[in-house]
Amino acid sequence: MTVDFLIDWFSTIGNFPILAFILAVVISGIPLFLFMALNAMVAVYAERKVSAFMMDRIGPMGQGPGLHAGKWGLLQTVADAIKLLVKEDTIPQTSDKLLFKMAPFIIFIGAFLGLAAVPFNSSLQVVDFNVGVFYIIAVGSIGVIGIVMAGWSSNNKWSLYGAMRSAAQIISYEIPAGLSIIIPIMMAGTMNLQTMIQFQSGSIWGILPNWIIFNNPFTFLAFFIFFISAVAETNRTPFDIPEAESELVAGWMTEYSGFRWAVFFLSEYANMFVVSGLAVAGFLGGWQSPIPGMFDSAGWGLFWFMVKVIFLIFLMMWFRWTFPRLRVDQLMHVCWKVFIPIAMFNIFGVGIWKLIIG
Amino acid sequence: MGVVQTDQMVLNIGPQHPSTHGVLRLEVMTDGEIVSQIKPHLGYLHRCFEKHSENVTYEQVIPFTDRCDYLASMNSNFGYVVTMEELMEIKVSDRVEYIRVIMGELNRIASHLLALGVYGLDIGAFTPFLYMLRDRERILDMFEYTCGARLLYNYMWVGGVSHDLPKDFEKICIGFLDYFEPQIEEYNNLLTYNKIFIERTADVGVIPADVAISYGVSGPNLRGSGVNWDVRKDEPYSIYDRFEFDVPIGEGKFGTLGDCFDRYWVRMLEIKESVRILRQALKDLPSGDVHQALPKKIRPPKGSIYRRTESPRGDLGYYIISDGSPIPSRVKMRSPAFTALSCLDEVSKGWMISDVIAILGSLDIVLGEIDR
Repeated sequence: MTVDFLIDWFSTIGNFPILAFILAVVISGIPLFLFMALNAMVAVYAERKVSAFMMDRIGPMGQGPGLHAGKWGLLQTVADAIKLLVKEDTIPQTSDKLLFKMAPFIIFIGAFLGLAAVPFNSSLQVVDFNVGVFYIIAVGSIGVIGIVMAGWSSNNKWSLYGAMRSAAQIISYEIPAGLSIIIPIMMAGTMNLQTMIQFQSGSIWGILPNWIIFNNPFTFLAFFIFFISAVAETNRTPFDIPEAESELVAGWMTEYSGFRWAVFFLSEYANMFVVSGLAVAGFLGGWQSPIPGMFDSAGWGLFWFMVKVIFLIFLMMWFRWTFPRLRVDQLMHVCWKVFIPIAMFNIFGVGIWKLIIG
Repeated sequence: MGVVQTDQMVLNIGPQHPSTHGVLRLEVMTDGEIVSQIKPHLGYLHRCFEKHSENVTYEQVIPFTDRCDYLASMNSNFGYVVTMEELMEIKVSDRVEYIRVIMGELNRIASHLLALGVYGLDIGAFTPFLYMLRDRERILDMFEYTCGARLLYNYMWVGGVSHDLPKDFEKICIGFLDYFEPQIEEYNNLLTYNKIFIERTADVGVIPADVAISYGVSGPNLRGSGVNWDVRKDEPYSIYDRFEFDVPIGEGKFGTLGDCFDRYWVRMLEIKESVRILRQALKDLPSGDVHQALPKKIRPPKGSIYRRTESPRGDLGYYIISDGSPIPSRVKMRSPAFTALSCLDEVSKGWMISDVIAILGSLDIVLGEIDR
């Protein structure tokens, strides 16, 4: 369901290019928004259950719809959503009200736009950019503006600390993430996500799928740098210093409540999906089947893509409930003194590899 | 580019804050993330323990001691009754002494488990906290089984304990110890040996031995600085001289001697030592009566006494002045957490906000005891 397809289809009816464009954007945007909400709901439920099982608890449980939170607590996130939507929306007296109201939506836009370029399978992608990788990295940075706005406008010292930490962290970790995602671009010779995934079809020696991660040692390393940087970019533990609960109360979200806070949450989980989607498309073969030559119809493609993305999201949750939190200077140390040199070396290594081995 | 001009900012951590371990307010002077000065403001939990004690009888002071160090009420009781018995020159039966040691050591484990779990929480690790609370729960169950209360026991009385141990207590307790000992290794694997945890705690917030002594820091915080001082060993009270146990001291396992990690690690080792004491005490537990015939109103002879005991937080001292009446003339409690907090400013200077939280957590303060 690409926007181009819709525009083409509208233009067969009549010649209203602007109307066709608006309709196409709305028609593809609404399912995307619904997907984002669904993703957040499933992810919140999963996070509750994953954390519960890791902590030797059972998490939300219930006796059935209408009572408590549904069977196995399945309705827990519905209850959470209703609670958040009916909650009082407080705006601090001393805040900068315009910025305070705008900030959640800017963060939301960053996450939403990123989702538009995620290739769910060979045809299910809202917009198939020729610079898809570049686009996702670029719109991913919009969120940090919203975070700084939220932190500054709240007029709260905790929010300010959180926002400043977040800005420093996200901007820093974009560099190793960007340097690592250059490697699939070098391998596939394109920034187009679909072409990049098609490049990863087939197999290596008939056993391993021909995914970029398995291509050579440098790409293997690059995947981990990219994934860890992606975790840092989404402000998840062990890199959750911007919202470090034990230090900064709730960081830049301290003053937010109700729907605005829900929007932050929605964006956080959408961001996790987008960065995992990019990692899957760039390194793990996108919608390609892990068994070369089998199960590679379009329907299976969607299945494989979701399985891989959900696995990466599960990894992020696993990190969160296992690791302590880094300190802000240690975080920068890891980024600038460890990841960036290795990522640079990786680019060099992949270049040599391509030159010699091909 | 010129030099960036920065300004100091006052940051109020608390009284409502997730990691001040109660209602403590820290007035922190910060320059960006760097902390230059900390002023702790106390008194949010002040309940006039000492003044109250001057208006109730000697027995009625015991429930107040529960509420001081609410994470180790048994040890607070223990200190008070030991002091009272010394003042009145009473000798209690062996069974009472053993029961008191068992309860005191169980409570020490419970208190240390909470301290270590919350410390993980301060550093950002959520899961170890729930593991440790899960095991602490079983200790509280045993207390509930024995005396009916889970947090504030009022269990040790002058001249005895309120209830004898239930018949199958020994079996339950040994079952718990057998279950619990391997768990310590699990905590270590999950939290202690985690690289990030070590990075966050080693070399952070070093309290040199001389600073610790000059501030009157005691207990695991002092032993973390490498000073071998444990009241149970050095000034034995009750029957602690009958047990074989070591006093773990900090040795700079991953960093400098006296850093946050050492204080954490000393507590972890102390749990193991408490398990050792418990096993010995349960083995030798004699039978007998747990109540001693005392007059309804205790009238200690005129005089005063200061006695210190080893609570999980350090030297817990009671100073009691008796004027011969059934009501104490003065009860003063020397709070180990209070003295530990006093060195926070000196230790935290120059560290970051995250480290201040880590240092505060490693001191294991209980605000109920600081404010009294």
